Amino acid sequence: MSERIKKWPGVELSAADLNEGKVTQTRFRPNAKYAWSAGEAMSRFLAELQNGRLIARTCHSCKRILFPPRMFCESCFRPTDEWTFIQDTGTIETFSISYLDTDAKRIPDPILVGVVSIDGASPKMGMMHYFGDMTKEQIRIGMRVKAVWRPWEERRGSVLDIRHFGPLKEDAK
Amino acid sequence: MRVGIIGVGMTAFRPSTPEYSWKELMFEAASRAYADAGVDPRTEVDSFVTCAEDYYEGFGIFDEFTPDQIGGALRPVCTVTGDGLQGLANAFMQIQTGLIDIAVVEAHSKASDILTLEGIIEHGLDPIWNKPLGGHPFLIAGLEADAFLRKTRTSAKALAAVVAKNRKNALRNPLAAYAANVDAAQVLSSPERFTPLRALDIAAPADGGVVLVLASEAAAKRRHANPVWIRGIGWASDSPTLETRDWTQAAYAQLAAEMAYRLAKVRRPATEIDFAEVDDRFSYKELQHLEAVGLAKKGEAGRTVVKGGYDPGGALPVNVAGGSLGCGNVFEATGLHRAAEVALQLRGDAGSHQIDGVRVGLAQSWRYIPSATGAVAVLGAGQ
Repeated sequence: MSERIKKWPGVELSAADLNEGKVTQTRFRPNAKYAWSAGEAMSRFLAELQNGRLIARTCHSCKRILFPPRMFCESCFRPTDEWTFIQDTGTIETFSISYLDTDAKRIPDPILVGVVSIDGASPKMGMMHYFGDMTKEQIRIGMRVKAVWRPWEERRGSVLDIRHFGPLKEDAK
Repeated sequence: MRVGIIGVGMTAFRPSTPEYSWKELMFEAASRAYADAGVDPRTEVDSFVTCAEDYYEGFGIFDEFTPDQIGGALRPVCTVTGDGLQGLANAFMQIQTGLIDIAVVEAHSKASDILTLEGIIEHGLDPIWNKPLGGHPFLIAGLEADAFLRKTRTSAKALAAVVAKNRKNALRNPLAAYAANVDAAQVLSSPERFTPLRALDIAAPADGGVVLVLASEAAAKRRHANPVWIRGIGWASDSPTLETRDWTQAAYAQLAAEMAYRLAKVRRPATEIDFAEVDDRFSYKELQHLEAVGLAKKGEAGRTVVKGGYDPGGALPVNVAGGSLGCGNVFEATGLHRAAEVALQLRGDAGSHQIDGVRVGLAQSWRYIPSATGAVAVLGAGQ
């Protein structure tokens, strides 16, 4: 609405009108279910998450340590060479403070999300994840962080086996 | 400017591939194609075209996930939401612009990742007009098969002959997923599904990947390649509305063929084309498509297949590699698989299912249920 227009012509619709079927609509819920084969690289990666470890692949051609691991090097287009464990610590590359949840509802405690480049992998290789045990005032780019693992019995071979990344102690002092 | 196929790469087609992710499957097909072409994708390929439908993949904006495993990271990449032959047409046109010397076309199926395949296919139906009816989506194939058989007076025996031929042909193709010594009697005694179609009339799903490397004539010459030429290519869509289609014939295939023949200067397809790879994901489709592209007169394809005319040693070998009935339904990779098989035959590289003395072959695709969309490519060997 504006200064000059106080009411639009036509009938205003409310959410209730839609729910009560006053608007002609056709609804359909597709039966769409999938189970993706993780494949050679990600299967090992997920299994190692359950062990509380991060694993990468090396490419002998470009000398990079690729994380997340993959069976092919996208830069050299050749099969990667070896498995190698990397650390569960790293550096915040970028972050955002989310004041809305996935439903676009305002949340009282904002969610801290970002990308961590992992120690031991080649530069700019890491994970997107949540941050915890820190406030939105404390988080900053370049901050040193460490994975906070779920207890053994709660791990499912998923990226959520890491609960979040929290401050690394060397950074706290 | 002529455009040729200078590299062919395929994985084996398998009922499921739990050992591979879809990325790893694509990497294998791509690696094989680049080795075949002697091309380095990181420095020598100017454009990458992939073919995928998000609902088959199970996640949105699939094109974003394609570059790494085909060598296309930080390069021009695009995805055609369609069958592999439509992707081939796209790459063909890109080279024709003169902007691109070498282009790559990729298509794959990871159907084993889909837990509710019928649900995904059903989701392709019109949401207001057809979906509320429910019912299995393969009913549409039953409806079309019924109309086609009645109109052309084709017998159920002819459908059984298609199945027996293609499953047997697959025995000579080490990449095929469903090779078997099936005879017509076994097809005719398999359980009824969607009349007139029985269980064995329907191609079972498979996983697999196909990659082709294309080059302009000048680029092929520089590389001393011996290309299989894309002499003509065409595509067309009928109305998506089920109720206004001509159920008796595949108009999309006829129009696509006319376009391809015009480009290829093919005037009498039945005498100029030596062999064909056509979509047979339901047995009747092979016959309907052969009639639509002018390789059989209306009503004659069924009688010809029963007499063995489409056998590897027949007058017109059809689906010598086993078709989809023998190799498995690889969804959007189906048409590209057909083009790959035609290219290998024309090169003389089809191995134990090689047919002798072929110079011109036809590949035909259909975008599966519930579509009425298809493409046709005419490929030729030599100068």
